[in-house]
Order: sequence, then C-alpha cells, then structure tokens
Amino acid sequence: MSVKQVSVFLENKSGQLADVCAVLAENGMSLRALSIADTKEYGILRVIVPDADGALEVLRRGGYTCKLTQVLAVEIDDRPGGMAYVLQVLSEAEISVDYAYAFISHKAGYAHMILRVSDIDETVKALTEADIRTLEMDSLLTE
Amino acid sequence: MERYYQPEIECAPIEKIKAWQNEKLASQVRHVWDNVAYYRNLMQEKGVTPDDIRSTDDLYKLPFLTKTDLRDAYPYALLAKPLSDCVRIQSTSGTTGKRVVAFYTQKDVDLWEECCARAIVAAGGTKDDVCQVCYGYGLFTGGPGLHGGSHKVGCLTLPMSSGNTERQIQFMLDLQSTILCCTPSYAVYIGETLREMGYSKEDIHLKAGIFGAEPWTQEMRRDIENTLGIRAYDIYGLTETSGPGVSFECSEQTGMHINEDHFLAEIIDPNTGEVLPEGSKGELVFTSLDKEAFPLLRYRTRDICVLSRKKCSCGRTHIKMSKPMGRSDDMMIIRGVNVFPSQIEAVLLKQGYTSNYQIVVDRVGSTDTFDVYVEVTEEQFADTVRELTLHEEQLAGAMKLMLGINPKVHLVQPKSIARSEGKAVRVVDKRKLHD
Repeated sequence: MSVKQVSVFLENKSGQLADVCAVLAENGMSLRALSIADTKEYGILRVIVPDADGALEVLRRGGYTCKLTQVLAVEIDDRPGGMAYVLQVLSEAEISVDYAYAFISHKAGYAHMILRVSDIDETVKALTEADIRTLEMDSLLTE
Repeated sequence: MERYYQPEIECAPIEKIKAWQNEKLASQVRHVWDNVAYYRNLMQEKGVTPDDIRSTDDLYKLPFLTKTDLRDAYPYALLAKPLSDCVRIQSTSGTTGKRVVAFYTQKDVDLWEECCARAIVAAGGTKDDVCQVCYGYGLFTGGPGLHGGSHKVGCLTLPMSSGNTERQIQFMLDLQSTILCCTPSYAVYIGETLREMGYSKEDIHLKAGIFGAEPWTQEMRRDIENTLGIRAYDIYGLTETSGPGVSFECSEQTGMHINEDHFLAEIIDPNTGEVLPEGSKGELVFTSLDKEAFPLLRYRTRDICVLSRKKCSCGRTHIKMSKPMGRSDDMMIIRGVNVFPSQIEAVLLKQGYTSNYQIVVDRVGSTDTFDVYVEVTEEQFADTVRELTLHEEQLAGAMKLMLGINPKVHLVQPKSIARSEGKAVRVVDKRKLHD
C-alpha cells in the first residue's frame, strides 16, 4: 500500500533542476508530482514517475546521486478540511510526518497527498481504520 | 607462492646488499665528481672529496640536493653523460613550479624497467597476464615505466594511457585484463564508471592493481579492492630518481621494498637535515647507486615516511618504506594546526564517502576558513534535510576529532569536484593570493 518515489540530490546552482528534468524528458518520463526541499547549499528533489526504477537508472547514468523511497499516497477530499482530517487522524495515532506534498487528482472532487512516515504499515492501519484510502501506483497515475 | 623477478637480488642476504652498496656508492660519487660540476662545487663547499666516501657510513658527509637545485640546474647542469649517450628524457608535470627533466642512457632505462618488472611480479604478474597500463604516456614516467616493466615480465601489455574511461572499461572487458596500472584516484574513477555502465567486479577479470604517483590511504585501498575485486599494491618513485619502481609492495602489503641495489635510502629531520635512526619518522632522502646519465646524491624527496628492516614474510630482504604520510611541503597550517590532506581522506572513507573531496582554505580578516567539499554517495544520501544535515555534522565532528579544528563540510553532487584523470586537485589554498 505504498508507492516508490525517486529522490535526487541537487546542488543549489542555476540550471540544476532544468538539467535533471531534461534527463527525464529525454527518456520519455512524465512527472506525476514533485516537491523540492531546499537549504542554502543544496536541495532534494522528490518526484513521482510511472517507472521509478527506470528513472533511477537513467538518473544514475546521468551522474546524479539518487535513491528510491517508499512513501504513502493518500486520497483526500478536495474541500476545506480534507487534508486537515487526514493529519488529525495521524496525529491522534501519534504518527509524525517527515514531509508531505499534495496535488489535484484527475478524479473530480479529490486530491492526492504524498506522505513520508517512519512506519508505513502502522500508518496504513490508522488511515484504513478512519476510512481513508491509500493508493497504489496504478490508481495514483490514472485517477 | 611468492614469486620474484630477480630472486638472487631481491632476497640477497643483508651483508651482500651492504657490500654492493659500498662498492657502488664509491664509484657513483666518483662519476658525479668527474662529470657534474654543479655537484662538485657543492662538495667542495663542504670540503668533501670522493676519497672521503668509502662506505655507506660516510654518506652523511655529502651535501643534499633539493628540488630547487634541480630547477636551477635545468636543463643540463646535472647531466653526467654526453647527450649523445642518452636515449630518453622524462619530465615532471611542472605543476609546482619549473619543470625538472631527467635523462637516461639505455642502461638507465633497462634498470628502471627491471625495477618496475620486480613490482609487477610482486603483485602476482607473470607472462600469462594482460597488463593494462593507464598511467599517462609521454613525459610523465608512469606510463613508460610500467609499460617497460610489463614487457620485461612478458605480460601482454595494453598501452592505454589515461583518459577515455569508457573505452578503458571496454578493453578491460573484451581483452580480459588481469593487472591494472594507474593512479589510485583513477582506479576509483574506473570503479565508478564501471558501475555507471551497468557492470560490476563480477564482469571483469582483474586480479591485481599497481597504483602510485599520488598519496592514498588504507581506506582507499580497501575501497578499490572491494569495488574492482582485486588486490591493490602500492608503488613509489619519482621522476628525479628514474620514475615508478624505486620501491614497491609485496604480498604482505605492509610497506614498500626499496630496490636497494640501485637506491640508498635515508631518513632525515626535515628541519635540521640530521640523519635519523631506522624507525624514525622523517623526510626520505635517496642516493642513486648506478645511474649513468642523471645520478643524484642525497636527493631530498620531501616525502615523510618511516624505514624498517623488519623481516618480511615475502622473503625479500630489501628495506621497506612506509606509505608516505604526507609531504613536508603539502602540509597545511590551518589556524595554527598541521593538517595533511591524507587525514581528511581517512575520515571520509571511514564514514562511507568516496575519496572525492576538495579542501579550500582561505582567510577572512585574520581567521583561516577551512571548508571541505565532499561528493555525496548513494549510501550516504538521505531524502530529508534533517538527515543530510546530520551527516554533514557527523563528518565535521569526525574531522574535528582527528585534527583538533572544525571544518565546514559541504555536500556536493558527484563528479562536481574538478579532477584530472591523472592527479586529483585536493587542496585549494587561497590564502597565498592575499600574501
């Protein structure tokens, strides 16, 4: 009940993000979602792509330091309070979130949230008990 | 079983080695006195004549030669044979100043290549091996030295020179090279490229590597050995004394046997010039014993190391030198503390990083800044800022523990640190610009 995310180390220099996106584009890889964490000196690019293993391979060949991370994709209602509800459930279960980012679903009325947590199984259990749906890669791409 | 290229020399009893040295030293000094006015003047200034040098015990009476002497003597002032008797010139890179050129007669080339052949055989080389030489060919001694040694052993020699790493690997795969000769930093680079091309040590046939021409650590040795699936042997030499092969490692891998039938080694205090007893750490000084064209008496290498005559399990009797622990001239003084790049490298490798780093020292106001740029590896990469910051702090902490001063560690992308495919640029000292 989790999806693979590709994380890439990038130095804070102009053109770095453009270069890494160009590598993915050249290999016909489309991005479903992305987020960037940045500091003064470097950034961490996190992307969801249909073929995470393939993306890792082409990025490695391009000389990037990158790795796969298992993250949770959660379906939320696209309305005020939709995301707050999910976070409240996690908070009550005493699960802390390392990072999160969200994007609109293809399905009207819904959005998706990507979450990194330390214990995926425990998190899925807490979400399922609260009737919150977690998505596999297939449904994340199509919905 | 240990094999030797010239067992009667390499395993000779110590008394025999001493007898050779005494005899050869006397005639080498005479040869220099008769033919090299530059050194004769130095001897006369000290009031020494060839008659004063009867055995190696008299060596201390001779004046030192330094790199500055070699530069001042450029190009011909230390030449001891007519140019018509010389067949080869090799040269230093000249990166630290004016070039130094060395001259060779055919006999000089033969003896040098024999020294390299001893190193290849000590690393397990035989006539059945395929020896890939990726030291630079040309004025640099690395390529020609190992190439000649490989021929003498009878290996199938691949004269690749350095660079074009993907082609190096293609040849390594197609022609099943068994011995690799290059700089240790290039061996690391070959390992990285091998992985990027989708291969591992299982796909290649290398069994040994002979690496030299720049400082490297035990950690780097283990790293190379694991990545390429080989045993990595150290080799030492310098253009001034002929090239690689002055000393080399045997199966024990605990230091390099100096070819004492050709080179006499001393350890001195770099500040006072005083000769130190065996086992002391100090500057290595070489005296050639049978060079024709470019003999050097008491040449100060500026390499800091230790000599040991402890019995070696390989059966060789020649004295061993430790891996140079730094150079009397690449030691940096940062905030009053002595720092050798090799110390930084040891910390990085111990913490699971590669040896791709650069130290940048500068001065802001009256304070030295000390920055270490480190290429982030997949093993050390984490996808949260918190973890990466922790890694930077851990590295800085380990370096502080080793050195006593705190560097600022910066993680950078792989291959973003400038490297030539020969020697890596480890230190950028910008303080000199302000002086």
